[in-house]
Amino acid sequence: MSTQRQQPETETESTETETAQDRRLEKKRQRAAERERARVEAEERAAADAERYHLKVFRYDPEVEGKQEPRFDDFHVPYEPGMTVLDALIYARDQFDASLTFRHSCRQAICGSDALFVNGSQRLGCQTQLSDLDQPVRIEPLPHSEVVKDLVVDMEHFYDQMEAVEPYFQTENRPEGELEEQRQSRENREKIKKSTRCIWCGACMSSCNIAAGDNEYLGPAAINKAYRFAMDEREGENVKQRRLEIIEQEHGVWRCQTQFSCTEVCPKDIPLTEHIQELKREAVKSNLKFW
Amino acid sequence: MHEYDVIVVGAGGAGLRAAIAAQEAGADVAMVTKLHPVRSHTGAAEGGINAALREGDDWELHAYDTMKGSDYLADAPAAEALTQESPKEAIQLEHWGMAFSREDDGTVSQRPFGGLSFPRTTYAGAETGHHLLHTLYEQVVKRGIEVFDEWYVLNLAVSDEDDPADRRCHGVVAYETATGNVDAFTARDGVILATGGLGQVYDHTTNAVANTGDGVAMAYRAGVPAEDMEMIQFHPTTLPSTGVLISEGVRGEGGILYNDDGERFMFENGYANNDGELASRDVVSRAELTEVNEGRGIEDEYVHLDMRHLGEERIVDRLENILHLAEDFEGVDGLEEPMPVKPGQHYAMGGIETDEYGQTCVDGLYAVGECACASVHGANRLGGNALPELTVFGKRAGTHAAGGDTEEPRVTVGWTDDSEDGDVDSPVTLGEPWTTEAVADGGAAAKTGEAVVERTLERERERVERLLERDEGTQHAEIRASVQHTMTKNVNVFREEDALKEALVDIRAARERYRDVYVADPSSTYNTDLIQTIETRNLLDIAEVITMGALAREEFRGAHWRKKHQERKDDEWLKHTMVSWSDGAPELWYKPVVLEGQNQTYEPKERSY
Repeated sequence: MSTQRQQPETETESTETETAQDRRLEKKRQRAAERERARVEAEERAAADAERYHLKVFRYDPEVEGKQEPRFDDFHVPYEPGMTVLDALIYARDQFDASLTFRHSCRQAICGSDALFVNGSQRLGCQTQLSDLDQPVRIEPLPHSEVVKDLVVDMEHFYDQMEAVEPYFQTENRPEGELEEQRQSRENREKIKKSTRCIWCGACMSSCNIAAGDNEYLGPAAINKAYRFAMDEREGENVKQRRLEIIEQEHGVWRCQTQFSCTEVCPKDIPLTEHIQELKREAVKSNLKFW
Repeated sequence: MHEYDVIVVGAGGAGLRAAIAAQEAGADVAMVTKLHPVRSHTGAAEGGINAALREGDDWELHAYDTMKGSDYLADAPAAEALTQESPKEAIQLEHWGMAFSREDDGTVSQRPFGGLSFPRTTYAGAETGHHLLHTLYEQVVKRGIEVFDEWYVLNLAVSDEDDPADRRCHGVVAYETATGNVDAFTARDGVILATGGLGQVYDHTTNAVANTGDGVAMAYRAGVPAEDMEMIQFHPTTLPSTGVLISEGVRGEGGILYNDDGERFMFENGYANNDGELASRDVVSRAELTEVNEGRGIEDEYVHLDMRHLGEERIVDRLENILHLAEDFEGVDGLEEPMPVKPGQHYAMGGIETDEYGQTCVDGLYAVGECACASVHGANRLGGNALPELTVFGKRAGTHAAGGDTEEPRVTVGWTDDSEDGDVDSPVTLGEPWTTEAVADGGAAAKTGEAVVERTLERERERVERLLERDEGTQHAEIRASVQHTMTKNVNVFREEDALKEALVDIRAARERYRDVYVADPSSTYNTDLIQTIETRNLLDIAEVITMGALAREEFRGAHWRKKHQERKDDEWLKHTMVSWSDGAPELWYKPVVLEGQNQTYEPKERSY
C-alpha cells in the first residue's frame, strides 16, 4: 500500500508554452549560477572568520547544471553554544543558499526525518551538537540509498521493508467489551519498550553492511518492528509463530552477522543487534518444538 | 487526477483516525500529507490521553473540568462529545496494540494532570504521542488505505458562491515534492483537513517546523471562519534554548518549580494555593513570567523544574524520555540537577470553525484536530485533552464524511441570527495586497464539481509557475523571521494594545514584502524553497487573524491576558471571536458560547486552583 508515485496524466499543454517556460527557467538557472559565484566569494570571506564553523555539504540536483555531478559546498556558519548540525544547515540555507535541501521537522529527535551521514557516521542532525564534531564537518546523505537531491534520499525501500513484516497488532484474544482492556504485565511492556521507540529514521539500515549488499534483507529496523510484536504477550502464541516465520525467511534474521553497526548508530538507543539475536534464539526454540 | 470518496489532508493522529473511520464506514479513502505519516508532530506529544475509565470518575466530571479549564469559552456539546467518547477511543487504541504504561494488575495506568479533578490521564511513558501515532499508522497500513506522502496541498477546490454557506468543497490540489508535479484529488463525499498546529508563527515554540497552519489558512481563504484564534496556549515548561517540550507529566508526577531565590513560587507567591504546580497551563505560564519580570528568574530568563526527589526508578519508569530531551537539547542531567524551563507557544486552541462532527459551513469540508475549533478547549486546553480530541473528532468526522450513522449536530456553524458584527481599531489596512485573486478559488463560472477542481488545478499550476519564474526579490526566510519575531515580541503571554497594533503594522509590512517574494531554487525536484514560500503566505494570514482577535477581545480569559482588562467579562465576552475572509480582507464577528450541556448548564464560576 502506501505511497504512490504516479506519473502525471498526459499533459495537454502545447509545445509552444513548454518552450517559453523552458526558456524562462533556463534564464533563471543562469541567474542561479551568477548567484552561486557570489555565494562562493562570500564564503571565502566568511572562511577567514575563526568564530565560524566550517561545513562541507554534499550537493546534487539532477535538474540544475553544476549540481548534476555530485560535489561538496563549503559553508561557514557563525557558532552559538548549543548549536546542532540541523541548526547549522538551516542557517546555511536561510542565509547563504535557499536551494540547500534536507528533510527536517520536529527538531527534537522524534520525527526521524533528518538522519544524515555526519563525519562518517549516521546521526540525526537535530540531536548532534556541532561542538562534538571535528572541523570541517562533513555532511552527506545517508549511504546506501538513492539520493533524490542534496541530503534527501529516497526512503521508499526502507518503508517497503518496514511493511514487509506485517507491522500491525494482531491478536487472538481481544476482550469482548469495548471498554475492557487487554491485560499486559509491566514486565512485558518493559520487554518491548525499547523496541517501540523506533522513529523510522533509517540510520540503522544505512549503517548495515549486510543491507548494503543484500537489497532484500529485511534490515534492523523492520526486524525490530517484528520483535516489538512478536514479544508482545497480548498477541498470543499462534500469531507469534507466524511472526517468527516471517523473520526467519531467507532474507530475514539469519543474514545478520552481529556487527553491531545498527546498534551503534541508533539515535533512540534501541539494542537492535540484541533484538535480532533474541529472535534467532526464539526461532530455533520454536523449530525445536516441531522436531 | 485522482478520485476518491474522502480525501484526508494531513496524516497525524486526527487524520489517521479519520481515514480509518471513513474506510470503516465504507468510503474509498486517500490521505495526502506533506510529510510521511510517521513524521507527523503528533509523535512529539508526551503527556497522555484523558479518559474517564475508572470507578470514581465519569465523563460528566471530565466535562466539568474541561469547561472550567476552558474558562467557559468551550462549547458544551463538543466538550461532552469529547469526554463521553474518549474512554472508548483510548481502549480502542489499546485493542490496536498501543503499549500504554501499566499498573501491577496489567490495566492501563493513569496519572494526575493540571486542572483535572481525578487522575485520568492514560499514558505511555512520556512518549504517548509517539505510541499513538505509530499505532494508528499501523492500522492504516493494515487496511491498505492509500497514502500520498510528501505531497503538499496547495489549495482546496471550493465553488465560488457569494455566501460561504452555499459553497461546496470538491477536492484539493497538491504539489508532489519529489517531482514538482501539481495534481488534483477529487473528493466525491468530503475533504477532511487534519493539518495540525500553527506554532511556526512564533519563534519560540514546541511545534515542528512543518506546523505552519496550512489547513487553517486554506479553509479561512475559502470562506470558513477562523474561531478564537487569539487563544494561543503557552506551555509553561519548554527548554529555553530550543522550545523543546518538557511534559506536564513531570509536574503530574510531583515535579516542583523554583525561582532564583529557591522559592516554590506557585505556593509561596500565591499563584495557586491549592494546586500549585498542577494549576492549569495559563496560570503557571503567567506565574513563571511574572517571577522573571520581577527579577526572580534565573539568568533573567527562566525558572527551574526539579524532579530529582522523585527518584531514579520512578523517573525512568514514567519520564525516561524527559531525561533524554534535557540531556540532548539542554545539556542537563535531570537526575542530578533541575531543568531550566520557560513558557513557549504550544497549541492553537482556536482554528477552523466546526460543529461536533468536524463539519464546516462549506459543504463537504471538514476539519479535525489542532487545526479545527469544535470548540473543546476554549481559552485554555487541559493537558491530556489534545490526544483524545484527535481520536474522538477524527473518528466522528471520518464517519460523517463517509455517510455513516450520526446524529444532528448541536453546535451551529457559519453566520446565524445569533451572530453579531464586530469591529477592531486597526492602525493599518488589513488583508490581502492583491485583491484581484478569487476568494474561493473554484471560480464562479464553474458549475460542476469537476469544473471546480479543474479550475483550481489550473490556478495552482499558474501560481507555482509564477513563483518559480520570478527572478529576484525577497526570500521567504526573511519574511517568515520578521513575522515570528513580531508575534513573539507583541502577541505573547502578556498582551497590550500598543504592542498588538505594532504587530499588525509589522504583519502588514511583511505582506507587502511578500508581493516580491521569490524562490531562488529553480528545480522541480524536492523544491523545499517553493513549499516554504507558500507556507509563509499561510503564516501571514494566520498571524494577522490571531492578532486581530487578541486586539478585539478586551478582557482577561484563560490564555488571553490584556494589561488594561484584568478581569473576565462574562456579560460581554461569553462569545467566540470569528474572523472571515471577505473580499480579500478579514472581517470580525462574534457568536455566542454554548454552555447548555446534555444534563446541565455549565455556569461560569471563578477559576481557582
